[in-house]
Amino acid sequence: MSKRYTAAFSLLIVLLVLFMVLNVAIGSVSFTAQELIDSLLFRPGGVAIIQKIRYPRMISALLMGGALSVSGFLLQTFFGNPIAGPFTLGISSGAKVVVSVLMVFSLSRGLHISSGGMILAAFVGSLLSMGVVMLLSRQVQRTSGLVVSGVMIGYICSAITDFVVTFASDANIVNLHNWSLGSFSGLYWEQVWVMTLVVLPVLLFTFFLSKPISAYQMGEVYAQNMGVNIKVFRFLLILLSSILSGCVTAFAGPISFVGVAVPHLMKGLFSTAKPIVIIPACFLGGAVFCLGCDLLARTCFAPTELSISSVTAVFGAPIVISIMLRRRRGE
Amino acid sequence: MEQSYLRTEKISVGYRGEALIRDISLSVRRGEILTLIGPNGAGKSTILKSLIRQLKLVAGTVVLDGKNMDTLSERELSTHLSVLMTDRIRPELMTCEDVVSTGRYPYTGRLGILSDQDKAVVRSAMERVHALELRDRDFLEISDGQRQRVLLARAICQEPDIIVLDEPTSFLDIRHKLELLTLLKEMVRQENLAVILSLHELDLAQRISDRVVCVKGDSIALSGTPEEVFRDDYIRQLYGITDGSYESAYGTVELEPCRGEPQVFVIGGGGKGIPVYRELQRRGIPFAAGILPENDLDYPVARALASRLISVPAYHPLEEGLEEARAVLSVCAELRCCVEDFAPLNEANRLLRDMGPGKR
Repeated sequence: MSKRYTAAFSLLIVLLVLFMVLNVAIGSVSFTAQELIDSLLFRPGGVAIIQKIRYPRMISALLMGGALSVSGFLLQTFFGNPIAGPFTLGISSGAKVVVSVLMVFSLSRGLHISSGGMILAAFVGSLLSMGVVMLLSRQVQRTSGLVVSGVMIGYICSAITDFVVTFASDANIVNLHNWSLGSFSGLYWEQVWVMTLVVLPVLLFTFFLSKPISAYQMGEVYAQNMGVNIKVFRFLLILLSSILSGCVTAFAGPISFVGVAVPHLMKGLFSTAKPIVIIPACFLGGAVFCLGCDLLARTCFAPTELSISSVTAVFGAPIVISIMLRRRRGE
Repeated sequence: MEQSYLRTEKISVGYRGEALIRDISLSVRRGEILTLIGPNGAGKSTILKSLIRQLKLVAGTVVLDGKNMDTLSERELSTHLSVLMTDRIRPELMTCEDVVSTGRYPYTGRLGILSDQDKAVVRSAMERVHALELRDRDFLEISDGQRQRVLLARAICQEPDIIVLDEPTSFLDIRHKLELLTLLKEMVRQENLAVILSLHELDLAQRISDRVVCVKGDSIALSGTPEEVFRDDYIRQLYGITDGSYESAYGTVELEPCRGEPQVFVIGGGGKGIPVYRELQRRGIPFAAGILPENDLDYPVARALASRLISVPAYHPLEEGLEEARAVLSVCAELRCCVEDFAPLNEANRLLRDMGPGKR
């Protein structure tokens, strides 16, 4: 078994490095290898496009992809449902509403919102829609029911966002529009640092929750009998997954299906659901997935850029459908 | 007398602070099996869920090994008490060995990595329940009987002093029911465990329990040794049986007899009559049974099913019933004789056979 883990982890790391290089190297302007290396080390021959645009973008795609997948894995554990994820449950949409409201109102008053403020707003939005989903999940037990309610929450949130946008001034709309479709473009180093400082500690903490998560996979009754404090644990799960998905939404807007597709792919690749393996795997897999999708988003129809969500949806949605079909057959 | 390991002091249990069952006092010692019986919906599960702290007690205290259970942390409790509940679990991509290993949870470190010693305990627990060959199988792909055995191994490998099981035998066929309860009985003896469980099957409850508690309505209706509890009239009353009967000697239930004038006379004895009684009962034919001494194997079933029973007290000569039997036989259209060789003391039945209509 451990042989399989080693092989799978090696594969992920090789892919990760490959995509990191590709994402920096490929773009509308081409550079030589020497220029890339110089830029990386911030030596005199370095190029601003690489240092100020491609590097931050590559790192944020990496971090956010990882964060989204881990957040998805936590939500799947919480709801005991393989197609739960920040996007499918409408949690990203909740974050989107609060952030866009905040953006429009503060920009129209000429105020600048800090990265921290954005994260906080997205976190509040995530928690709000999480609350609604939890209320609904008590009524709707079925897998598909939960997703339908998530989609509905998404629509309601989009409606509110549209409403807000209608009353925003033109300058704001351009920004808001790009962001609300989901995109890794236009991120600065400063934002990347904030993101790193939020996401990495949370991921580390999540990793150290592997043990109670594995107990929780056996169901609440057994988890409690194994000595897990269920109330505290459930609270932590919601908190952590909301911080992760909220942080991503604050910077890159709602990104679809990563949170469902990647954990599913990783469970298949590693042939286990043990959190101690799957949490790091989800991080690596999510990073690879988002780097790949961002590369496609940038290059497919260059110079026009696709929104990241359209690319992730192309790959992610079929996976969600296949999970639902398999479930139906299994039941 | 050894002290009880777990005892409840006048606890009331229920949901959301509303008591469904009040004043429950029960206690179990190590090496003892305590069984909850009672009709469906009587609250057996509610009591068990409260004992394992899944439900909050409405009133009273549970004392575990001399300590108030509420004062124990989750972690402490988990090293004393393990469970096997009815909740259907669907762990994803877990082998049976993985499932059993979760029992080691309280003993592993921060990341839950198993030590060699933990692995040895897991292995021996799986051996104990004869499930070692299932170790690499996916837990979701094994049968119900195997699943319960694996879950029992999980409960044991938590190295508890007491195990609580909620209807562990439901969904199992008769062979697996016996297998599981035999295993449980073995563990109780070898490990000096205390066990509390609920059971549907009265016959099994009667055989494996050291103490039985009957749950009905809003209280404990009766508790005691199986001998004290399993009395025909009491079980009938507990379950509200009106269309049949309960037979304490065998721990079995019988359907309601066909009443009316007997059409068939069955000569039984030594257990040979039972299949015939059951067949006639199934076909809806009222029958007479005789001549049976009250200590005969056939007697309890005949008493439950025959519309007319001719019997004599134990160790009395059968001839005492001969006259009555002749009278009954004379109105029966058919005689079924289940006895082939008549022993010397069975002369009365031989006489009956020879006079009867439609010899068989």
